[in-house]
Amino acid sequence: MVVKGVQFRDHRVVGDILELAERYCHEGADELVFYDITASPDGRGVDRSWVARIAAVLDIPFCVAGGIRTVADAEDVLNKGADKISINSPALANPTLITDLARRFGSQCVVIGIDSREEHGRYFVYQNTGDPDKTSAAQRLTLDWVVDVQNRGAGEIVLNCMNRDGVRSGYDIAQLVAVRSHCTIPLIASGGAGEMQHFQDVFDSANVDGALAASVFHGAEVNIGDLKQFLAARNVSMRI
Amino acid sequence: MADVAIIDSGGANIASLLFAFERLQTNAVLTSEADVIRSAQRVLLPGVGAARDAMQRLRKSGLVDVIRELEQPVLGICLGMQLLCDASDEEDVECLGVISGTARKLTATTENTVPNMGWCSTGIRSAHPLLEGIEDESYFYYLHSYALPVSSITLATATHSDEFSAIISDRNFVAAQFHPERSAAVGARLLRNFVEFGK
Repeated sequence: MVVKGVQFRDHRVVGDILELAERYCHEGADELVFYDITASPDGRGVDRSWVARIAAVLDIPFCVAGGIRTVADAEDVLNKGADKISINSPALANPTLITDLARRFGSQCVVIGIDSREEHGRYFVYQNTGDPDKTSAAQRLTLDWVVDVQNRGAGEIVLNCMNRDGVRSGYDIAQLVAVRSHCTIPLIASGGAGEMQHFQDVFDSANVDGALAASVFHGAEVNIGDLKQFLAARNVSMRI
Repeated sequence: MADVAIIDSGGANIASLLFAFERLQTNAVLTSEADVIRSAQRVLLPGVGAARDAMQRLRKSGLVDVIRELEQPVLGICLGMQLLCDASDEEDVECLGVISGTARKLTATTENTVPNMGWCSTGIRSAHPLLEGIEDESYFYYLHSYALPVSSITLATATHSDEFSAIISDRNFVAAQFHPERSAAVGARLLRNFVEFGK
């Protein structure tokens, strides 16, 4: 099942995982990310048979996030057909995991998810954000962590701007600009997309490599094919 | 006899290739056995990970000379493309040397980030059966930190900080820097061409 929350709370079921994956692939999505949001806070691994079912039908890249704590976990997910693995809380608990994964699989497989929230003008990293009861500040400044994960061999950063998650008021441009200036690996914006204009804004203003969205697609308010036509007509270069 | 032998260079992420051939209803097997590789109609050298590890595994499996002496069409993908060449700047690794050229590290800036990850428009320079039915400037999916400079064996190019070889061809060896198995319909077409050309 696919679920979506608002600011990482109050998740509701939005659809069957294979049906949604095929729909988005058909609409022209360039990449899909699957978050197992319960994997990390529960301290359990994921039942990963679904990864192979997704890999069998998708002919676009996809990334799996959640519950990957070891090189063996990552190998299992990649062997089942995922193109990348994304780690978040386990990287905060054990930063050397990033280096180990990059050495074994190459940086291009290793995505670091960062859940970040603005407080009094500074950005702080949060962990275990899949469960509101277990979410906590990671005692790290986001910009420091961005530099650290790059030095350790991360190949991509997905920045989830928690203040904007699921509220559809636009991406957190200021935060993304701040992170972009410290980031020479691909940076993916996440959190806040509510309409097509928001995507153009984030590409134009924050120079991100990609924009991730969930709510607007799950609710079918924005069709991915229409969105790409809209962006291409406004000089954002992309595959149509 | 396998239609396609996929050489097991030990890297993860072979499943996506196997699934891609399954969707093409082509019989592909993952193998490190010299006889299976020699007798296959087509041979595919994939690769995700580090060049040094992959070369070590090929040496350990006794496949270095087997690959060099193949006469059927051989397709290298991503790291597999770099393995087919002389060398890689990645830890100064000596590679198989069946295609001339050395893979160079991409230059990272906040404008052109490394790894180069995503869909890049790919310009075709010369016709080849592998590119049958594929339009110039088609978008393919790339995921790499090293690339081969453009040379006389370049069939197609893409651009990061500089233009690089997207597809190269030398005798029976062809190689792609992108991942056709993850490049939607146009990628599937390229794999189908690889299975069918010359038949």
